[in-house]
Amino acid sequence: MGLPNANGDLSTEVEVDAFRRLFPLHFYEKHLLESISPDARPLGRARETTIALGAVASANGSALAKIGSTTMLAAIKMKVMTPSLETPDEGCIVIDFHMPPICSPIVRPGGPAEAAPVVAKQLSDTILSSGMINLKELSLVSGKAAWMAYLDIYCLDADGALFDTALLSAVAAFSHLEIPVPVVSLNDDGKIVLSEEQGLSDREPVNKEKRKINLSSIPFSLTCVLHKNYILADPTAEEESIMDTIVTVVLDSSSQLVSLHKPGGTVLAYTSAIQDCIALTRQRVKELQKILEEAISGMEVD
Amino acid sequence: MEVDREDGRSQNQLRPLACSRNILHRAHGSASWSQGDTKVLAAVYGPKAGTKKNENPEKACIEVIWKPKTGQIGKPEKEYEMILKRTLESICILTVNPNTTTSIIVQVVNDDGALLPSAINAACMALVDAGIPMKHLAVAICCCLAKSGYVILDPTKLEEQKMKAFAYLVFPNSVRSVLPEGSLRVEGEPIENGIITSVTHGIMSVADYFYCLERGRAASVKLSDFLRRNLQQQSTDSSKAG
Repeated sequence: MGLPNANGDLSTEVEVDAFRRLFPLHFYEKHLLESISPDARPLGRARETTIALGAVASANGSALAKIGSTTMLAAIKMKVMTPSLETPDEGCIVIDFHMPPICSPIVRPGGPAEAAPVVAKQLSDTILSSGMINLKELSLVSGKAAWMAYLDIYCLDADGALFDTALLSAVAAFSHLEIPVPVVSLNDDGKIVLSEEQGLSDREPVNKEKRKINLSSIPFSLTCVLHKNYILADPTAEEESIMDTIVTVVLDSSSQLVSLHKPGGTVLAYTSAIQDCIALTRQRVKELQKILEEAISGMEVD
Repeated sequence: MEVDREDGRSQNQLRPLACSRNILHRAHGSASWSQGDTKVLAAVYGPKAGTKKNENPEKACIEVIWKPKTGQIGKPEKEYEMILKRTLESICILTVNPNTTTSIIVQVVNDDGALLPSAINAACMALVDAGIPMKHLAVAICCCLAKSGYVILDPTKLEEQKMKAFAYLVFPNSVRSVLPEGSLRVEGEPIENGIITSVTHGIMSVADYFYCLERGRAASVKLSDFLRRNLQQQSTDSSKAG
């Protein structure tokens, strides 16, 4: 190994990859000074985002979303159930987020990853409180039958910004969702029962078209990492582990704040930093809306 | 604007605060914090040797266990644990005792609104009682936004459920210093304006959020004064005994 140079670090003596492993914070700081991140993105720009709808053919609605290397697969399955007594004309959405061991070397089988229940709860709070889906649309017969949507999101590759990608895949899956045709039938007790369409059934379906669900004010999010005076948008897993102050801003399409989540972190967020994060998120919302619309219109052409 | 709150408080009025430290004798530090009817008990054990598997051994590690009043531990408890852990990691000086773990156990005694802020305040006082080195205290407050646009502080459970949105905010405590005021400012703002943690629920406009921040900062000054008096009183009591 060489001797330290005039700056007191080994930057000219050691290969780039070794320097990145040995002194990760210095490596990133050298890039931040030039307002760029190691993968040549300007600080405020997110990684390349793609959405593929209909990734799971057997599900009622599904989508695969990728932001950089982070990949999430979302799938929705609909089942008929009796609505609760307090809300007789509303359906129900159950959101579950899984991090199988394939996604990251830190996750091992035998117990859920630490981040999984937290992201699952954040997702359910965001989707239910944003009012994207009117639960009354999921009702079939008031008081007797309503749809329950099971949304499962699987993380296939965890490379930072898990919440952003999960939210994007959930929103894309809902925009791809087609509510199946329910079948009215008499069960053994002579009661009228609604169930999903059975392929070989010779009973009359209630309505012949599959309908799409109506989405209003779709939420989009951006995660940023704060380090000294810099704000780095859309961090990778390496950046998240070195710089521990993470801020996630969720805005909906009418620029209302759905959530501003900053769980601790060494850097204190002053008003200017928060305003910058919200401004970056506004730009990102426009980008994501465009990407989602392109994906939906791509599907309709087929 | 006159706002009718069920317990007769004004918009910016907090519920009566009570805090007592050193109530559990086996724990290295403990505190009980109550805001009105919401009561939380926190106990600190540590520093203990060794860190957990994926944690950095060059720093001290903090572990939080959240015990709800009833029911099994599920996703909401895991979320609270993560938020508490990150908030407390940012206020403790982690480089003083490397390769150690400090465990903080939070037990909910009663939940009547503003549960997470009460837990953060209780955990912070328990850490002070245990003598864990910290940069500053964490002062937590809950602000609620109603449909008509006014902001109330420190809601009860009924108020929380009726409101359009609420935000849990954690600030550093207010600074009393002999240095001239200008020298302690960061980016033109005093240190206690920085947000350590912010968790919001429900939809609000960006302007409403900044309004909540202002109200939260004003309330955190009052809370900081309460904490200062409480800590000074108990330390003079123990010095008399010793």
